[in-house]
Amino acid sequence: MLKKVTYLLVLVVAMMALVACGGAAETGGGEEAAPAEGGEEAAPAVTELNILWAQWDPADYLQQIGNMYEEETGIKVNIIQEPWGTFGDRFFAEMAAGGDAWDMVIGDSQWLGQGATQGHYVELTDFLVGEGIADTVTEATLTYYGEYPTGSGRYWAFPTEGDADGWAYRRDLFEDPDEMAAFEEEYGYPLAVPETYDQLMDIAEFFTRPDEGLYGVAIYTQKDYDAITMGVENTMFSWGADWKDENNNVLGVVNSDRSIEAVQFYRDLYECCQVPGLSNAFFSETNDALISGQAVMIMNYFAFFPALANPSINPYADVTGYFVNPAGPYGDQHAALGGQGMSIISYISPERQEAAKDFIRWFAQEEIQAEWARLGGYTCNKNVLQTEEFLNATPFNPAFAETMNIVKDFWNVPVYGELLEVTQRELHQFVVEGVGTAEEAMNNIAEEHDRILREAGLIEE
Amino acid sequence: MSSVKQATATGADTRLQSHRHLSDRAIQNIFIWPTLILLIAFNVFPLFYSLYLGFTDYSAIARQAPVWVGFENFRSILNDEQLWEYFATTGRYAVASVGLQTLLGFGLAMLVREKFKGSGVITTLILVPMMISPVVVGLFWKLMYNPTFGYFNYLLGFTNPATAPDWLGSRWGGQAVPGLALWAVVIVDVWMWSPFVMLLVLSGLNAIPEYLYEAAVIDRASSWFQFWRITLPQVAPLLLIAILFRTIEAFKSFDLVMGMTGGGPGTQTELIAVNLYRQAFLGQWRTGRSSALAYIILIIIIAVSNLYIKYLNQMRGEG
Repeated sequence: MLKKVTYLLVLVVAMMALVACGGAAETGGGEEAAPAEGGEEAAPAVTELNILWAQWDPADYLQQIGNMYEEETGIKVNIIQEPWGTFGDRFFAEMAAGGDAWDMVIGDSQWLGQGATQGHYVELTDFLVGEGIADTVTEATLTYYGEYPTGSGRYWAFPTEGDADGWAYRRDLFEDPDEMAAFEEEYGYPLAVPETYDQLMDIAEFFTRPDEGLYGVAIYTQKDYDAITMGVENTMFSWGADWKDENNNVLGVVNSDRSIEAVQFYRDLYECCQVPGLSNAFFSETNDALISGQAVMIMNYFAFFPALANPSINPYADVTGYFVNPAGPYGDQHAALGGQGMSIISYISPERQEAAKDFIRWFAQEEIQAEWARLGGYTCNKNVLQTEEFLNATPFNPAFAETMNIVKDFWNVPVYGELLEVTQRELHQFVVEGVGTAEEAMNNIAEEHDRILREAGLIEE
Repeated sequence: MSSVKQATATGADTRLQSHRHLSDRAIQNIFIWPTLILLIAFNVFPLFYSLYLGFTDYSAIARQAPVWVGFENFRSILNDEQLWEYFATTGRYAVASVGLQTLLGFGLAMLVREKFKGSGVITTLILVPMMISPVVVGLFWKLMYNPTFGYFNYLLGFTNPATAPDWLGSRWGGQAVPGLALWAVVIVDVWMWSPFVMLLVLSGLNAIPEYLYEAAVIDRASSWFQFWRITLPQVAPLLLIAILFRTIEAFKSFDLVMGMTGGGPGTQTELIAVNLYRQAFLGQWRTGRSSALAYIILIIIIAVSNLYIKYLNQMRGEG
């Protein structure tokens, strides 16, 4: 019996040693991931490029763009689609193993820190800046989809799918003469698309009529991942507040007076005018609130607005309008960023890296970006965003084009997940659960963010 | 027969004999080792490896080998007040959920024990909830709890969303009602898993010899006396096994909560398994710390299970 147990223990220890050696080998391998140049055998010509992206409509549009590339160059482009729920897990698991399953990834803006500091991404600064590609996209998208660290001038991704929060609203109610007269009588100014958050609150209050099953807004409240943080930061940024200053300091920044005011506003909006039951709501729930006729104005990413413009999905499609995130009380106007940039994986051969750059160079051309937009992709190309064709293509494109100049983002450092867990918990507690004050919530966030950033070495002692 | 043929035949016989004489030990090994290797590879090894990771600073997505930090992860977890709050929430959830399931499951078993027309169909229908995926259950109960169109409130007599309870938002008539969301999840868990308790209790009830009741009737024992002195003691071992399984499951509850509340509002339904997932994945990837937390949860579950098993053995000994 003892002998058997000994055999088993030896087997387990051997397996653990094997894994430990494997891990160590991987670690070592990361530094020399790229094969040595000038090998004895000639490198095979690249005939295929694999790009990993999430499973959604824009990935299908990009496949069509890839097919165009194949027609022109003979190089086949495969867009590998992974469901959103496992997109990050699959990508980072492959990267941890130094895998070369894909040549490029269209990754979340939050991944930039991990991609850059852990060596998964090829630095594209010389390529994007040297060849003038960086100048073709809006500044904000280049910063938030491509740059790490923020403000460093070092780029790791080409802004591919722009996205940000905007608003959809019931135009039929806004343009109803009786509603317009009643609103003007009550608030002293005409009912129109809100230009400020104060106006948005007035309109939301005006339309909140539980007896009619009608409510002013549907805003993000989901706790699972990042939704309530994205919703709240729409107001924070537009109040002139931020998550950090230029030196990554958070104390006195996250819990600034403006930040506290903005969070209090979001809670007031939720309390007064949110569709009941939306205590854990993200993009599908807010869209559903408009489609079901319960909400007059909804917050959502532009990427989810095509469903609202589709009459077979939304019975109010013909009378649904769209507007940019309003300005705050101090004149700032920003929107929380969504979307992704295209990065080259560092673990592929230099030949494949060059082939990937060739694809990005081709994809960044204005006519290809125009085609990308025509198919339904959200281009970040500043010229294409201003063309009449783009602005008239969908009812929400004008708002999207305007928004792409005012986007701001959450942290994209490697510890963003820990920072996010804190904001999700504290904001959900204050806004949805109704516990504590805005000041307490933001003080807690500031203190915990400070601790996490210091432990990660992102704030110098 | 040529000498070559003879030699071939002799060789074949020898091989045949060697197959025939495969020892019992060899046959035993042929059956046991593949299973053992699979068990070691997919159960034992991950168990030991994750224990090792619990003592390291390691992220599964970082290209860095685990760094040994000793008991640091365990120390920080045990000193984390927030995590203790999640443990307490899990405990409250487990007690409420398992307690109600036991009562309801026992009651249902007593009801369907009596044979009547259609009792088989009714028993099968009662079992349906536990056959549905917890994620699906979470999603459709989320709709049923909706204060504007869900019919749970309607059945309770609340027709005005402004004054009705928002179960998953822990609000009632716009006012915060702490704990409402946790009760909402408990109700769903009870709905889903009471049939499991019923099933085990029912098998225990069916195994009780009829002569015990007949003797009790002859002795003019009351129904309450029969229940207390015959039914309950006879069913108790199976009931305890049902409670044991449900308690373990309650400590591991994840999918139902994630589907319904995501752990909110605030941290009202943040069970420890939900938080473990949050730390292990969802952008955090704190593999070392989450391995340590998983082991702490495992130790608690083993401790609670041992208490049950000790009581069960004691009961059997008395029996």
